[in-house]
Amino acid sequence: MAEIAAPTHRNPARWLVVAIPYIWLVLFFAAPFFIILKISLSDTAIAMPPYTPVFVGFGDISSFFAGLDLDNYSFLTEDPLYLDAYLSSLRIAFISTLLLLLIGYPMALAMARAPSTIRPTLMMLVILPFWTSFLIRVYAWIGILKPEGLLTLLLQTLHILGPDDQVQIYRTDWAVFIGIVYSYLPFMVLPLYAALEKMDGTLLEAASDLGCPPWKAFWRITFPLSLPGVIAGSMICFIPITGEFVIPDLLGGASTLMIGKTLWTEFFGNRDWPLASAVAVLLLLALVVPIVIFQNQQRKVS
Amino acid sequence: MKPSRFDSTVLTLCFAFLYIPIIILIVYSFNASKLVTVWGGFSLEWYRVMWSNQGLMDAAWVTARVGMLSATLGTILGTLAALTLVRFPRFPGRIPFTGMIYAPLVMPEVITGLSMLLLFVAMNIDRGFWTVTIAHTTFTMCYVAVIVQSRLLTFDRSLEEAAMDLGCPPVKTFFRITLPLIAPAIISGWMLAFTLSLDDLVIASFTTGPGATTLPIKIYSQVRLGVTPEINAICTILIGLVTIGVICAAISSKRTELRRIRDEHDAIRAAI
Repeated sequence: MAEIAAPTHRNPARWLVVAIPYIWLVLFFAAPFFIILKISLSDTAIAMPPYTPVFVGFGDISSFFAGLDLDNYSFLTEDPLYLDAYLSSLRIAFISTLLLLLIGYPMALAMARAPSTIRPTLMMLVILPFWTSFLIRVYAWIGILKPEGLLTLLLQTLHILGPDDQVQIYRTDWAVFIGIVYSYLPFMVLPLYAALEKMDGTLLEAASDLGCPPWKAFWRITFPLSLPGVIAGSMICFIPITGEFVIPDLLGGASTLMIGKTLWTEFFGNRDWPLASAVAVLLLLALVVPIVIFQNQQRKVS
Repeated sequence: MKPSRFDSTVLTLCFAFLYIPIIILIVYSFNASKLVTVWGGFSLEWYRVMWSNQGLMDAAWVTARVGMLSATLGTILGTLAALTLVRFPRFPGRIPFTGMIYAPLVMPEVITGLSMLLLFVAMNIDRGFWTVTIAHTTFTMCYVAVIVQSRLLTFDRSLEEAAMDLGCPPVKTFFRITLPLIAPAIISGWMLAFTLSLDDLVIASFTTGPGATTLPIKIYSQVRLGVTPEINAICTILIGLVTIGVICAAISSKRTELRRIRDEHDAIRAAI
C-alpha cells in the first residue's frame, strides 16, 4: 500500500493545490482585517485617502505606535447613536431569525414529508428565488408596500380598507422584517430541509406504535434530531442580517437604525474612513461568537 | 406518504409568498402606464426605453465581464480550495484555512467591502474593473469550494486508485478521472459564482472606481429615486436569463445522471 501511495506524497508540486487558494485568501481576506484594525486606530484627515497614514515604513516602530489611538472608539461610545444602532441591529436580526424559523420550519418539514418524486422540484422552487438578484427582490416589495402600492389597492378592492385609507408599512420596521424574511427564507429552509430529510421515519412509527401522540413525537424526536439544521440555518441568517444594508436602506424608515447602514453613511456620506473602520471592527466583535458556532457546525458536517 | 392537508397549505402559502412579488414585478414591466398600480395595457415600451439607456447598457456590459472573469477565477481557486479541504486532512494551518473558507459565506458584506477597499488603497491600486473582479473572486471562491467539497466527499476514490495502479501519473489522473467526475459540481459552482457577482451591490460599491459602474450599483441609484417600469424591465430580463440558466443546468445534470445509470447497467450486464 505504501508503495502505491508514496509517489503522490513525494511530489512537491502537489502542495501548489494548497498554496494557491491559501495565499489568495490570506492576501485578500485575512490581511484586510488587520488593515481595518489599524485604520480604525488612526485619525481622520482631509486628504485622499482620508486618514493619516498607518504604514510609514517599519524603521520607526515607536512613532508608528504613537500614531495609534482609541479616539474613534471613544467617539463611538460617547455618541448614543452608535450604541442604539448596534442594539437595534442585534434586535432586528434576532426577531427576524425567529420569524424565519417559525415560517421556515413548517415549510422544510412539509418538503421533507412530501412524496420523494416531487421533492427535487420543491427544492428547485426554493432555490430559484435565491438565484434572482437580492436587490430585485427587495425592490419588488417597494411597489407592493408603498402607501399607494398594490397592497393598498388589494385591500381597498376587498373593502378591508376604506377608499381613502392607505397601508402604512413602507419605511417602517415592519417593512424591514418582511424584506428580511422574504430574502433569507431559502437560506433558512435549505439547512432545515437537509436535516429533516435525513431523518429515519421508523423512529416516528415506533413512537406512534408505543402510543405517543404526534405533537409529542414531534417535540421529543423530530425537533431534537433537526437541531443541527436549526443552528446552521439560524447562524446563516443571523450573522449577515446583523450587518444588512440594502433592506433597511430601501424598505426601512429614518427611525430604522442598523449598523450596516451607519457604516455605509460614515463611509460614503461623511467620508470618515477611520470611524467606519471602527464600526466594522465592533460589528465583527459582536459576530465572533455566532461565526465560531457556525464554523464548528460546518466542520462537523464536512 | 400522502401529503397532509396541513403540509399542502404550508407549501402553497410559502411558495406564494416567495413567488408573488417576483411575478408582480414581471407583469408590471409590460405595463403601458408609468404608474405602478394602474394597468394601462400591454406594452414593450419600457424595454425600448431600457435599451436606449446608454448608462444602463454600459453597466450591464461591465457586470457581464466582471461576472465571467471573477466566476472563472473563483471556480479555479474554489476547486483548489475544495481539493485542499478534502484531500489534505492534515497540514499546518488547516484550521485557519477552513475558517477563511467558511467566514466569507456569512460575513456581512459591508465588512468585506470596506476591508477590501482599504487593502486596495493601502496597496496603492487604482480602483476600477480589476478591484471589483478581485473582490468578487475572493468571496465567490468560498461558495465554489463548499459546493465542490460536497461532491468530493461522496466521490469514489477507487477509480483514481485504479488509474494510478495502471501507471497513470497523478496529474493525468486528475485531469482524466477526477475532473470529469466532479465537473457537474464545478459547473454549478461557476453558475452560482456568476450569479453572486451579478447580484452584488455592497462589495462592488466599495471596491469600484470611475468607469466601472456595475448594474446593481446603477439599479440601486435609480431605485433610490423611485420605482420605474424601466427597472422592472431590466429586472425581468435578468430573472429570465437566470431562470433559463438554472433550468438548463437542472436538465443537463439529470441527463448526465441518467446516462451514468445506463452506463453502469450496461457495464454490469456486460460483466455478467
